[in-house]
Amino acid sequence: MNLSAIRTLFLGIFLVTSFASYSQNESSALEETLLEENEKENKFDPKSMIMHHVKDAYGFHIIDIGEKKYSISLPIILWTDNGLTTFMSSAFDHDYYGNVVVESNGGKFVNYKEKIYQLNPGEDTLVKGEDGYPANTTKPLDISITKNVFMMWVSMLVLFLIFIGAARKYKKSENFIPKGIASFVEPLVLFIRDEVAIPMIGEKKYARYMPYLLTVFFFIWLNNIFGLIPIINGANLTGNIAFTLTMATFTFIITTFSGNKSYWKHIFWMPGVPVPMKIFLMPIEIVGMFTKPISLMIRLFANITAGHIIILALMSLIFIFNTVAIAPVSVAFSLFIIVIEIVVTAIQAYIFTILSALYFGMATEEHEHH
Amino acid sequence: MDLVTPGFGLVFWTAITFLILLFILKKFAWKPILGAVSSREESIKDALAAAEAARREMENLQADNERILQEARAEREAMLKDARDMKNKMIADAKEDAKQTADKMIAQAQEAIQSEKKAAIAELKGQVASLSLEIAEKVVKQELSNKGQQEKLVEDMLGKATLN
Repeated sequence: MNLSAIRTLFLGIFLVTSFASYSQNESSALEETLLEENEKENKFDPKSMIMHHVKDAYGFHIIDIGEKKYSISLPIILWTDNGLTTFMSSAFDHDYYGNVVVESNGGKFVNYKEKIYQLNPGEDTLVKGEDGYPANTTKPLDISITKNVFMMWVSMLVLFLIFIGAARKYKKSENFIPKGIASFVEPLVLFIRDEVAIPMIGEKKYARYMPYLLTVFFFIWLNNIFGLIPIINGANLTGNIAFTLTMATFTFIITTFSGNKSYWKHIFWMPGVPVPMKIFLMPIEIVGMFTKPISLMIRLFANITAGHIIILALMSLIFIFNTVAIAPVSVAFSLFIIVIEIVVTAIQAYIFTILSALYFGMATEEHEHH
Repeated sequence: MDLVTPGFGLVFWTAITFLILLFILKKFAWKPILGAVSSREESIKDALAAAEAARREMENLQADNERILQEARAEREAMLKDARDMKNKMIADAKEDAKQTADKMIAQAQEAIQSEKKAAIAELKGQVASLSLEIAEKVVKQELSNKGQQEKLVEDMLGKATLN
C-alpha cells in the first residue's frame, strides 16, 4: 500500500514533468515540425509511437502486412451544427495526421492525432497553428465508439458471461455448492466481501455497497488485463483519464449520498476541537472530500499508463538502436515488466475497490465517542 | 496534455456502460451468488449448531444415566441398611420376648413351688396332727399299762418324727 503510493507519486511526478516539458517548452512547435520531418525521413520516433499506443484511437489497428494496414473499423459518432453525423473510421484510411478529409452530413472532418476536428466552412485542408494544434477547425461533440469503448463492451460481455454463468451454476447445484466457473468466481467474490467490504464498511452496512464494489473490482481488473494482451495492445482503457475520472466520480457520488450526519459534521464542524480549529479544519476537510476521488483517478491512470509506457519504451530500444541484437534485452526486460504489470492489474483494481470501500465506510461510520 | 485531458466520449460511454454493467450484474449475478453463498453459510452454521445440540443432549443423557445409576446404588444401599436394621430389631425383639417369657415361667414356677410348699406344709401339719393323735392314742394306751414306758414311747415317737 505504502510502496504503491510512493510508486504512484514517483510516476505521477515523472509523468507531469514529462508532459510539462512536452507542452510548455518554447521548442514545442519546433519539436512538432521535427517530428514530422522525422516521419518524412521514416525515422523512428519513440515518443509519438508510445503516445499513440497509450492513447485512444478511432479504429482498431490489428496488423500491418507489407504496406497494407489492417484494422477493425469502428463507428464515429459526432454531434455537429448539422445534427448527428456518423461514418465509419475506415473513411480516414488509417490516417491520423489530418491529411485525409472526410465529408459527411455537410461537414468536413479530419483525424489529427486521434482527435476528430471539423474544418471551418470553406476550408479544404488542415492548417496547423504555431502551437502544433489545428488552427482552422472546431471540435464537434465526439461520442464515437473508439477502441477503448469497443474493448469496454467486450469486457462487459466477458463479465456477463463469467458472472451470470456462475450465478446459473449455483441455481443448478444442490446445497449451493460451487461448480465449474462458480468455484473460480466464489473465492474472488468472498475476498471482496470478507477482506474489503466487511473490514472497511462494517458488518451492518456492507451489503448495500457489495454490488458496486464487486462490479468496480472486476470491471477494472478485467480491463487492466485486456490492456496487457499484446494483440489488442493499446486498448488502454484503465490507463485513460476519462475512464478513471468516471469511475472515481461514481465513488464520489456514492460517498456523498451515503454520508450520514456525523460524516457531514466531521467535515463542516469537527467535533471535539476548539472553535478556531473547527473553522480552520473546515476548508481542509472540504478539499479532502474532493482529493479522495481525485487520488483514485490519478492512481489508477498513472499506474496503468506508466506500465504501458515502460513496456513500449523497452520495445522502442530495438528501433532506436536499429539493431536486432538489442531485441533479447528488450524482450527480457519487457517480460519482466509484464509479469509485474500482471500483478499490478489485480493490485490496482484491489486498491481502487478497497479505497472506495474505505470512503463509504468513513461516510457511514457511527461515531460514539470523542 | 492530451493524455491527461479526459475526452467527453469516453466519459459518456464509460458512465453508460458501467451503469448497465452494475444494474445487470447486480440483478443477475451478485444477488444470486451472494444469496447462494450466504444461504450456504447459514445452512453450515445451522448444521454445526444442530451437531452441537446433539452432542450436548448426548452429554445430558450420559449424565442422566450416571445419575440414575447413582440413585439405584443409593437405594440398594438404603434397602440393605433397612434389612439389616430390621434383622437386628427382630433379633432384639425376640430376645426380649424370650426373656419375658422365661421370667414369666420362672415366676410361675416359683409361685407353683410356693403353693406346693404351702400345700406340703399343710399336709405335713395334717400328718403331724394325725401322728400326734396316733401318738396320743398310743400314749394313752401305754399309759394305761406302764407309766415309764409311756413316757419312753412319747420320746421315741418325737425323736423319729422329722419336721422336714
